[in-house]
Amino acid sequence: MVAPAFDYVAAGSYDEAVRLLASHGDDAKILAGGQSLMPMLNLRLAHPELLIDINPADQRPPSVADGMLRLPALTRHRVLLEHDLVRRGCPLLADAVRHVGNVRVRNRGTIGGSLAHADPTSEIGSCVLAAGARVLARGPDGERVIPAQELFAGYWTTALDAAEIITDVLIPVARPRQGWSFHEMARRTSDFAIVAVAALVELDESAAVTAARVALAGVADRVTLADAGLAGSTSDEDLDAAAALVAERLEPSDDVHASAAYRRRLARVLTARALRQARARAAGAAGAAGAAP
Amino acid sequence: MNKIQLVLTVNGRDHEVWVQPSQTLLDVLHDELGLADVRYGCGEGLCGTCTVLLDGEPVNGCLTLAVQAVGRPVTTMRGLPGPDDALHPLQECFLRRGASQCGFCTPGMVLTALDLVQRHREQGRGRPSREEIRYALVGNLCRCTGYTKILDAIEEYADQAARQ
Repeated sequence: MVAPAFDYVAAGSYDEAVRLLASHGDDAKILAGGQSLMPMLNLRLAHPELLIDINPADQRPPSVADGMLRLPALTRHRVLLEHDLVRRGCPLLADAVRHVGNVRVRNRGTIGGSLAHADPTSEIGSCVLAAGARVLARGPDGERVIPAQELFAGYWTTALDAAEIITDVLIPVARPRQGWSFHEMARRTSDFAIVAVAALVELDESAAVTAARVALAGVADRVTLADAGLAGSTSDEDLDAAAALVAERLEPSDDVHASAAYRRRLARVLTARALRQARARAAGAAGAAGAAP
Repeated sequence: MNKIQLVLTVNGRDHEVWVQPSQTLLDVLHDELGLADVRYGCGEGLCGTCTVLLDGEPVNGCLTLAVQAVGRPVTTMRGLPGPDDALHPLQECFLRRGASQCGFCTPGMVLTALDLVQRHREQGRGRPSREEIRYALVGNLCRCTGYTKILDAIEEYADQAARQ
Protein backbone atom coordinates (compact mmCIF):
# COMPACT_ATOMS: atom_id res chain seq x y z
CA MET A 1 0.00 0.00 0.00
CA VAL A 2 0.95 3.62 -0.29
CA ALA A 3 0.78 6.23 2.44
CA PRO A 4 -2.11 8.71 2.27
CA ALA A 5 -1.04 12.13 1.02
CA PHE A 6 0.27 14.50 3.65
CA ASP A 7 2.23 17.71 3.72
CA TYR A 8 5.77 17.95 4.98
CA VAL A 9 7.79 20.57 6.77
CA ALA A 10 11.37 20.39 8.03
CA ALA A 11 11.79 22.03 11.44
CA GLY A 12 15.15 23.70 11.99
CA SER A 13 14.79 23.66 15.78
CA TYR A 14 12.76 21.98 18.50
CA ASP A 15 11.09 25.33 19.23
CA GLU A 16 9.96 25.63 15.63
CA ALA A 17 8.62 22.06 15.77
CA VAL A 18 6.72 22.87 18.98
CA ARG A 19 5.17 25.98 17.36
CA LEU A 20 4.08 23.96 14.33
CA LEU A 21 2.72 21.19 16.52
CA ALA A 22 0.80 23.69 18.67
CA SER A 23 -0.79 25.34 15.64
CA HIS A 24 -1.74 22.11 13.82
CA GLY A 25 -2.85 20.02 16.77
CA ASP A 26 -3.84 16.43 16.12
CA ASP A 27 -3.50 16.87 12.35
CA ALA A 28 0.29 16.88 12.67
CA LYS A 29 2.79 14.19 13.64
CA ILE A 30 6.46 14.50 14.50
CA LEU A 31 8.78 12.59 12.15
CA ALA A 32 12.02 11.49 13.81
CA GLY A 33 13.63 8.27 12.52
CA GLY A 34 10.37 7.23 10.87
CA GLN A 35 10.82 3.53 11.59
CA SER A 36 7.48 3.23 13.39
CA LEU A 37 5.53 6.18 11.99
CA MET A 38 6.27 5.45 8.32
CA PRO A 39 5.09 1.82 8.50
CA MET A 40 1.90 3.11 10.18
CA LEU A 41 1.42 5.52 7.28
CA ASN A 42 2.18 2.87 4.66
CA LEU A 43 -0.37 0.59 6.32
CA ARG A 44 -2.79 3.50 6.62
CA LEU A 45 -3.03 3.14 10.37
CA ALA A 46 -2.41 6.88 10.75
CA HIS A 47 -3.71 9.79 8.68
CA PRO A 48 -1.84 12.97 9.60
CA GLU A 49 -2.19 16.01 7.36
CA LEU A 50 1.29 17.25 8.17
CA LEU A 51 4.59 15.61 9.09
CA ILE A 52 6.97 17.81 11.04
CA ASP A 53 10.47 16.48 10.36
CA ILE A 54 12.73 17.22 13.35
CA ASN A 55 15.84 15.60 11.84
CA PRO A 56 17.35 18.99 10.95
CA ALA A 57 16.71 20.27 14.51
CA ASP A 58 19.50 18.55 16.41
CA GLN A 59 22.97 17.28 15.58
CA ARG A 60 24.30 16.81 19.14
CA PRO A 61 26.21 13.63 19.95
CA PRO A 62 25.84 11.76 23.27
CA SER A 63 27.67 13.41 26.17
CA VAL A 64 28.35 12.87 29.87
CA ALA A 65 28.26 15.55 32.58
CA ASP A 66 27.69 15.42 36.35
CA GLY A 67 27.25 11.67 36.36
CA MET A 68 24.51 11.76 33.74
CA LEU A 69 24.63 10.34 30.23
CA ARG A 70 22.77 12.77 27.98
CA LEU A 71 21.26 11.25 24.86
CA PRO A 72 19.76 13.81 22.48
CA ALA A 73 16.36 12.66 21.20
CA LEU A 74 17.70 12.07 17.69
CA THR A 75 20.42 9.66 18.84
CA ARG A 76 20.16 6.75 16.38
CA HIS A 77 19.99 3.17 17.60
CA ARG A 78 23.27 2.43 15.86
CA VAL A 79 24.93 5.14 17.96
CA LEU A 80 23.46 3.61 21.13
CA LEU A 81 24.96 0.30 20.04
CA GLU A 82 28.43 1.58 19.16
CA HIS A 83 29.16 4.86 20.98
CA ASP A 84 31.80 4.59 23.70
CA LEU A 85 29.98 6.88 26.14
CA VAL A 86 26.82 4.78 25.84
CA ARG A 87 28.67 1.46 26.11
CA ARG A 88 30.40 2.66 29.28
CA GLY A 89 27.64 4.85 30.72
CA CYS A 90 24.68 2.53 30.09
CA PRO A 91 25.90 -0.87 28.88
CA LEU A 92 22.38 -2.19 29.52
CA LEU A 93 20.97 0.01 26.77
CA ALA A 94 23.87 -0.58 24.37
CA ASP A 95 23.37 -4.34 24.74
CA ALA A 96 19.57 -4.29 24.45
CA VAL A 97 19.62 -2.33 21.18
CA ARG A 98 21.08 -5.41 19.47
CA HIS A 99 17.55 -6.77 19.58
CA VAL A 100 15.94 -3.71 17.95
CA GLY A 101 14.88 -4.05 14.32
CA ASN A 102 17.61 -4.57 11.74
CA VAL A 103 20.60 -2.65 10.36
CA ARG A 104 18.41 -0.22 8.42
CA VAL A 105 16.04 0.40 11.31
CA ARG A 106 18.99 1.04 13.66
CA ASN A 107 20.57 3.46 11.17
CA ARG A 108 17.49 5.70 11.20
CA GLY A 109 15.49 4.93 14.36
CA THR A 110 15.96 7.32 17.29
CA ILE A 111 15.73 7.00 21.07
CA GLY A 112 13.28 9.92 21.32
CA GLY A 113 11.06 8.50 18.62
CA SER A 114 11.10 5.07 20.20
CA LEU A 115 10.10 6.44 23.62
CA ALA A 116 7.40 8.71 22.16
CA HIS A 117 5.99 5.76 20.21
CA ALA A 118 5.63 3.96 23.57
CA ASP A 119 5.34 0.43 22.26
CA PRO A 120 4.58 -1.88 25.22
CA THR A 121 7.18 -4.38 23.95
CA SER A 122 9.94 -1.78 23.61
CA GLU A 123 13.47 -2.84 24.50
CA ILE A 124 14.59 0.78 24.79
CA GLY A 125 11.58 1.68 26.94
CA SER A 126 12.30 -1.10 29.40
CA CYS A 127 15.97 -0.07 29.61
CA VAL A 128 15.28 3.58 30.39
CA LEU A 129 12.87 2.43 33.12
CA ALA A 130 15.40 0.05 34.67
CA ALA A 131 18.15 2.65 34.40
CA GLY A 132 16.07 5.30 36.20
CA ALA A 133 16.25 7.70 33.26
CA ARG A 134 14.55 11.07 32.97
CA VAL A 135 13.21 12.59 29.79
CA LEU A 136 13.38 16.29 28.91
CA ALA A 137 10.30 17.48 27.05
CA ARG A 138 9.86 20.85 25.34
CA GLY A 139 6.44 22.40 24.89
CA PRO A 140 4.81 25.79 24.33
CA ASP A 141 5.33 26.63 28.02
CA GLY A 142 8.98 25.63 28.10
CA GLU A 143 10.86 22.59 29.27
CA ARG A 144 9.98 20.00 31.89
CA VAL A 145 11.52 16.84 33.26
CA ILE A 146 9.53 13.60 33.13
CA PRO A 147 10.83 10.57 35.06
CA ALA A 148 10.77 7.52 32.78
CA GLN A 149 8.30 5.71 35.03
CA GLU A 150 5.81 8.55 34.48
CA LEU A 151 6.29 8.75 30.72
CA PHE A 152 4.35 5.69 29.60
CA ALA A 153 0.59 5.93 29.89
CA GLY A 154 -0.76 2.92 28.00
CA TYR A 155 -0.65 1.29 24.58
CA TRP A 156 1.36 3.64 22.32
CA THR A 157 0.47 6.52 24.65
CA THR A 158 2.71 8.82 26.68
CA ALA A 159 2.26 11.54 29.28
CA LEU A 160 3.50 14.11 26.76
CA ASP A 161 1.12 17.00 26.13
CA ALA A 162 -0.24 17.47 22.62
CA ALA A 163 2.45 19.98 21.63
CA GLU A 164 5.34 18.53 23.63
CA ILE A 165 8.43 16.93 22.11
CA ILE A 166 11.11 14.81 23.77
CA THR A 167 14.49 16.54 23.33
CA ASP A 168 16.84 14.59 25.64
CA VAL A 169 17.08 11.41 27.65
CA LEU A 170 19.20 11.60 30.83
CA ILE A 171 20.51 8.37 32.31
CA PRO A 172 22.54 8.04 35.53
CA VAL A 173 25.96 6.73 34.54
CA ALA A 174 26.70 3.12 35.57
CA ARG A 175 28.42 2.96 38.96
CA PRO A 176 30.94 0.57 40.52
CA ARG A 177 29.31 -2.59 41.97
CA GLN A 178 26.40 -2.14 39.59
CA GLY A 179 25.59 -4.95 37.17
CA TRP A 180 23.15 -5.09 34.30
CA SER A 181 21.43 -7.66 32.16
CA PHE A 182 18.94 -7.77 29.31
CA HIS A 183 17.07 -10.86 28.17
CA GLU A 184 14.25 -11.25 25.72
CA MET A 185 12.25 -13.92 23.96
CA ALA A 186 11.02 -13.26 20.43
CA ARG A 187 9.66 -15.66 17.83
CA ARG A 188 12.52 -14.76 15.49
CA THR A 189 15.58 -12.57 15.94
CA SER A 190 14.62 -8.89 15.42
CA ASP A 191 10.89 -9.53 15.89
CA PHE A 192 9.00 -7.63 18.56
CA ALA A 193 9.71 -9.17 21.96
CA ILE A 194 7.10 -11.46 23.46
CA VAL A 195 8.63 -10.63 26.83
CA ALA A 196 11.80 -8.68 27.55
CA VAL A 197 13.47 -7.98 30.89
CA ALA A 198 16.00 -5.27 31.74
CA ALA A 199 17.68 -5.47 35.14
CA LEU A 200 20.15 -3.37 37.13
CA VAL A 201 21.53 -4.72 40.41
CA GLU A 202 23.77 -2.90 42.90
CA LEU A 203 25.84 -4.60 45.60
CA ASP A 204 27.49 -3.35 48.78
CA GLU A 205 31.01 -4.24 49.96
CA SER A 206 29.82 -7.58 51.31
CA ALA A 207 28.18 -8.44 47.96
CA ALA A 208 24.66 -8.10 49.35
CA VAL A 209 22.11 -6.47 47.06
CA THR A 210 21.45 -2.81 47.94
CA ALA A 211 19.18 -1.99 45.02
CA ALA A 212 17.62 -3.86 42.13
CA ARG A 213 15.54 -2.42 39.35
CA VAL A 214 13.68 -4.70 36.98
CA ALA A 215 11.64 -3.47 34.00
CA LEU A 216 9.57 -5.71 31.77
CA ALA A 217 8.21 -5.33 28.25
CA GLY A 218 5.36 -7.33 26.76
CA VAL A 219 3.50 -7.98 30.00
CA ALA A 220 1.10 -5.01 30.15
CA ASP A 221 -0.24 -2.07 28.15
CA ARG A 222 3.10 -0.32 28.69
CA VAL A 223 6.66 -1.15 29.68
CA THR A 224 6.54 -1.71 33.41
CA LEU A 225 8.84 -1.28 36.38
CA ALA A 226 8.56 -4.16 38.85
CA ASP A 227 9.37 -4.01 42.54
CA ALA A 228 11.89 -6.81 43.02
CA GLY A 229 12.20 -6.16 46.78
CA LEU A 230 15.71 -7.57 46.88
CA ALA A 231 17.56 -5.41 49.40
CA GLY A 232 19.90 -7.55 51.47
CA SER A 233 19.73 -10.59 49.21
CA THR A 234 22.92 -12.58 48.96
CA SER A 235 22.10 -15.71 46.95
CA ASP A 236 20.85 -16.73 43.54
CA GLU A 237 17.96 -18.49 45.28
CA ASP A 238 16.84 -15.11 46.68
CA LEU A 239 16.88 -13.74 43.14
CA ASP A 240 14.85 -16.67 41.81
CA ALA A 241 12.26 -16.15 44.55
CA ALA A 242 12.07 -12.45 43.71
CA ALA A 243 11.62 -13.26 40.02
CA ALA A 244 8.75 -15.60 40.88
CA LEU A 245 7.12 -12.86 42.94
CA VAL A 246 7.54 -10.32 40.13
CA ALA A 247 5.89 -12.69 37.66
CA GLU A 248 3.08 -13.57 40.03
CA ARG A 249 2.06 -9.91 40.41
CA LEU A 250 1.84 -9.33 36.64
CA GLU A 251 -1.44 -9.43 34.77
CA PRO A 252 -0.45 -9.99 31.15
CA SER A 253 -3.14 -10.57 28.55
CA ASP A 254 -3.58 -13.16 25.82
CA ASP A 255 -2.97 -12.14 22.25
CA VAL A 256 -2.14 -13.79 18.94
CA HIS A 257 1.55 -13.98 19.83
CA ALA A 258 1.36 -15.65 23.24
CA SER A 259 -0.99 -16.62 26.03
CA ALA A 260 -1.05 -14.78 29.35
CA ALA A 261 0.26 -17.89 31.11
CA TYR A 262 3.21 -18.16 28.72
CA ARG A 263 4.04 -14.49 29.17
CA ARG A 264 3.98 -14.87 32.93
CA ARG A 265 6.23 -17.90 32.72
CA LEU A 266 8.64 -16.05 30.43
CA ALA A 267 8.61 -13.12 32.84
CA ARG A 268 9.66 -15.40 35.71
CA VAL A 269 12.37 -17.25 33.79
CA LEU A 270 13.84 -14.21 32.07
CA THR A 271 13.74 -12.09 35.24
CA ALA A 272 15.59 -14.80 37.16
CA ARG A 273 18.23 -15.06 34.42
CA ALA A 274 18.57 -11.29 34.22
CA LEU A 275 18.90 -10.84 37.99
CA ARG A 276 21.47 -13.64 38.28
CA GLN A 277 23.53 -12.25 35.42
CA ALA A 278 23.27 -8.67 36.66
CA ARG A 279 24.39 -9.73 40.14
CA ALA A 280 27.31 -11.71 38.75
CA ARG A 281 28.36 -8.73 36.65
CA ALA A 282 28.05 -6.41 39.65
CA ALA A 283 30.28 -8.73 41.68
CA GLY A 284 32.78 -9.02 38.83
CA ALA A 285 32.70 -5.34 38.05
CA ALA A 286 33.40 -4.16 41.62
CA GLY A 287 35.84 -1.32 41.17
CA ALA A 288 35.49 -1.32 37.36
CA ALA A 289 32.44 0.83 36.69
CA GLY A 290 29.94 -0.74 34.35
CA ALA A 291 32.48 -2.87 32.54
CA ALA A 292 31.02 -4.18 29.31
CA PRO A 293 31.24 -7.93 28.65
CA MET B 1 -1.22 17.97 -2.46
CA ASN B 2 0.98 20.10 -4.65
CA LYS B 3 4.08 18.59 -6.12
CA ILE B 4 7.45 20.00 -5.22
CA GLN B 5 10.65 20.03 -7.22
CA LEU B 6 13.65 18.19 -5.80
CA VAL B 7 17.14 17.36 -6.95
CA LEU B 8 18.20 13.87 -5.89
CA THR B 9 21.77 12.67 -6.27
CA VAL B 10 21.48 9.02 -7.21
CA ASN B 11 24.40 6.82 -8.20
CA GLY B 12 26.55 9.88 -8.78
CA ARG B 13 24.10 11.73 -11.02
CA ASP B 14 21.73 14.59 -10.21
CA HIS B 15 18.08 14.02 -11.09
CA GLU B 16 15.42 16.72 -11.10
CA VAL B 17 12.10 15.26 -10.04
CA TRP B 18 8.63 16.56 -9.21
CA VAL B 19 7.23 14.66 -6.25
CA GLN B 20 4.51 14.83 -3.67
CA PRO B 21 5.87 15.49 -0.18
CA SER B 22 4.38 12.18 0.93
CA GLN B 23 6.19 10.11 -1.70
CA THR B 24 8.79 7.72 -0.37
CA LEU B 25 12.32 7.50 -1.68
CA LEU B 26 11.45 4.00 -2.89
CA ASP B 27 8.53 5.30 -4.97
CA VAL B 28 10.61 7.99 -6.60
CA LEU B 29 13.64 5.79 -7.33
CA HIS B 30 11.54 2.96 -8.73
CA ASP B 31 8.61 4.72 -10.38
CA GLU B 32 10.06 8.08 -11.40
CA LEU B 33 13.71 7.23 -12.08
CA GLY B 34 13.10 3.71 -13.32
CA LEU B 35 15.57 2.04 -10.97
CA ALA B 36 14.23 -1.51 -10.99
CA ASP B 37 16.83 -2.64 -8.44
CA VAL B 38 14.97 -0.82 -5.63
CA ARG B 39 11.87 -2.86 -4.87
CA TYR B 40 8.67 -2.68 -2.92
CA GLY B 41 8.41 -5.66 -0.60
CA CYS B 42 6.65 -5.14 2.70
CA GLY B 43 6.39 -1.37 3.22
CA GLU B 44 7.30 -1.86 6.87
CA GLY B 45 11.10 -1.97 6.85
CA LEU B 46 11.27 -5.70 7.53
CA CYS B 47 12.16 -7.39 4.24
CA GLY B 48 15.06 -5.33 2.87
CA THR B 49 14.16 -5.34 -0.82
CA CYS B 50 14.05 -1.51 -0.94
CA THR B 51 17.48 -1.13 0.69
CA VAL B 52 19.51 1.83 -0.58
CA LEU B 53 22.58 3.56 0.82
CA LEU B 54 21.82 7.08 2.07
CA ASP B 55 25.01 8.94 3.02
CA GLY B 56 26.63 5.53 2.60
CA GLU B 57 24.42 3.78 5.18
CA PRO B 58 21.77 1.16 4.42
CA VAL B 59 18.26 2.55 4.97
CA ASN B 60 14.71 1.50 4.13
CA GLY B 61 13.65 3.26 0.93
CA CYS B 62 10.03 2.56 1.89
CA LEU B 63 10.39 4.38 5.25
CA THR B 64 12.32 7.42 3.98
CA LEU B 65 10.63 10.31 2.25
CA ALA B 66 12.15 11.41 -1.04
CA VAL B 67 12.32 14.97 0.26
CA GLN B 68 14.55 13.76 3.11
CA ALA B 69 17.19 12.61 0.61
CA VAL B 70 17.83 16.05 -0.87
CA GLY B 71 21.53 16.93 -0.76
CA ARG B 72 22.55 13.45 0.38
CA PRO B 73 24.09 10.86 -1.93
CA VAL B 74 21.84 7.88 -2.66
CA THR B 75 23.38 4.65 -3.92
CA THR B 76 21.46 1.69 -5.30
CA MET B 77 23.02 -1.62 -6.28
CA ARG B 78 23.25 -0.42 -9.85
CA GLY B 79 25.51 2.38 -8.71
CA LEU B 80 28.17 0.16 -7.19
CA PRO B 81 31.55 0.92 -8.72
CA GLY B 82 32.52 -1.27 -11.61
CA PRO B 83 34.40 0.02 -14.70
CA ASP B 84 32.71 -0.52 -18.07
CA ASP B 85 29.53 -1.92 -16.53
CA ALA B 86 31.56 -4.68 -14.90
CA LEU B 87 29.89 -6.36 -11.94
CA HIS B 88 31.02 -5.51 -8.44
CA PRO B 89 33.24 -8.28 -6.99
CA LEU B 90 30.50 -9.09 -4.48
CA GLN B 91 28.04 -9.58 -7.33
CA GLU B 92 30.55 -11.92 -8.98
CA CYS B 93 30.64 -13.93 -5.76
CA PHE B 94 26.82 -14.11 -5.73
CA LEU B 95 26.88 -15.46 -9.30
CA ARG B 96 29.68 -17.95 -8.66
CA ARG B 97 27.97 -19.31 -5.55
CA GLY B 98 24.46 -19.45 -6.98
CA ALA B 99 23.33 -17.02 -4.30
CA SER B 100 20.70 -15.40 -6.47
CA GLN B 101 17.71 -17.32 -7.71
CA CYS B 102 14.73 -15.07 -8.50
CA GLY B 103 16.93 -12.10 -7.63
CA PHE B 104 14.30 -10.02 -5.89
CA CYS B 105 16.23 -9.80 -2.59
CA THR B 106 19.68 -9.56 -4.19
CA PRO B 107 20.18 -5.77 -4.28
CA GLY B 108 19.32 -5.47 -0.59
CA MET B 109 21.53 -8.41 0.31
CA VAL B 110 24.45 -6.99 -1.67
CA LEU B 111 24.22 -3.46 -0.26
CA THR B 112 23.80 -4.67 3.32
CA ALA B 113 26.70 -7.11 3.06
CA LEU B 114 28.93 -4.53 1.43
CA ASP B 115 28.25 -2.08 4.27
CA LEU B 116 29.05 -4.78 6.82
CA VAL B 117 32.36 -5.77 5.22
CA GLN B 118 33.44 -2.14 4.74
CA ARG B 119 32.49 -1.20 8.28
CA HIS B 120 34.46 -4.09 9.74
CA ARG B 121 37.48 -3.03 7.73
CA GLU B 122 37.18 0.64 8.72
CA GLN B 123 36.86 -0.30 12.38
CA GLY B 124 39.87 -2.61 12.15
CA ARG B 125 37.78 -5.61 13.08
CA GLY B 126 38.93 -7.80 10.20
CA ARG B 127 36.48 -9.94 8.29
CA PRO B 128 32.98 -10.45 9.70
CA SER B 129 32.30 -13.99 10.89
CA ARG B 130 29.51 -16.09 9.39
CA GLU B 131 27.51 -15.42 12.54
CA GLU B 132 28.05 -11.66 12.22
CA ILE B 133 26.92 -11.83 8.58
CA ARG B 134 23.79 -13.74 9.61
CA TYR B 135 23.04 -11.09 12.23
CA ALA B 136 23.51 -8.21 9.78
CA LEU B 137 21.20 -9.88 7.24
CA VAL B 138 18.35 -10.55 9.66
CA GLY B 139 16.32 -7.84 7.95
CA ASN B 140 16.86 -9.15 4.40
CA LEU B 141 14.43 -11.89 3.51
CA CYS B 142 15.05 -14.41 0.72
CA ARG B 143 12.30 -16.84 -0.21
CA CYS B 144 14.33 -18.89 -2.71
CA THR B 145 17.83 -19.93 -1.76
CA GLY B 146 17.56 -20.60 1.94
CA TYR B 147 20.42 -18.21 2.74
CA THR B 148 23.25 -20.76 2.78
CA LYS B 149 24.58 -19.76 -0.63
CA ILE B 150 24.13 -16.10 0.16
CA LEU B 151 26.28 -16.52 3.26
CA ASP B 152 28.85 -18.49 1.23
CA ALA B 153 29.02 -15.70 -1.35
CA ILE B 154 29.45 -12.97 1.24
CA GLU B 155 32.11 -14.96 3.07
CA GLU B 156 34.02 -15.44 -0.17
CA TYR B 157 33.87 -11.72 -0.86
CA ALA B 158 34.86 -10.88 2.73
CA ASP B 159 37.92 -13.13 2.35
CA GLN B 160 38.84 -11.41 -0.92
CA ALA B 161 38.40 -7.98 0.61
CA ALA B 162 40.50 -8.93 3.64
CA ARG B 163 43.40 -9.93 1.38
CA GLN B 164 43.44 -6.59 -0.44
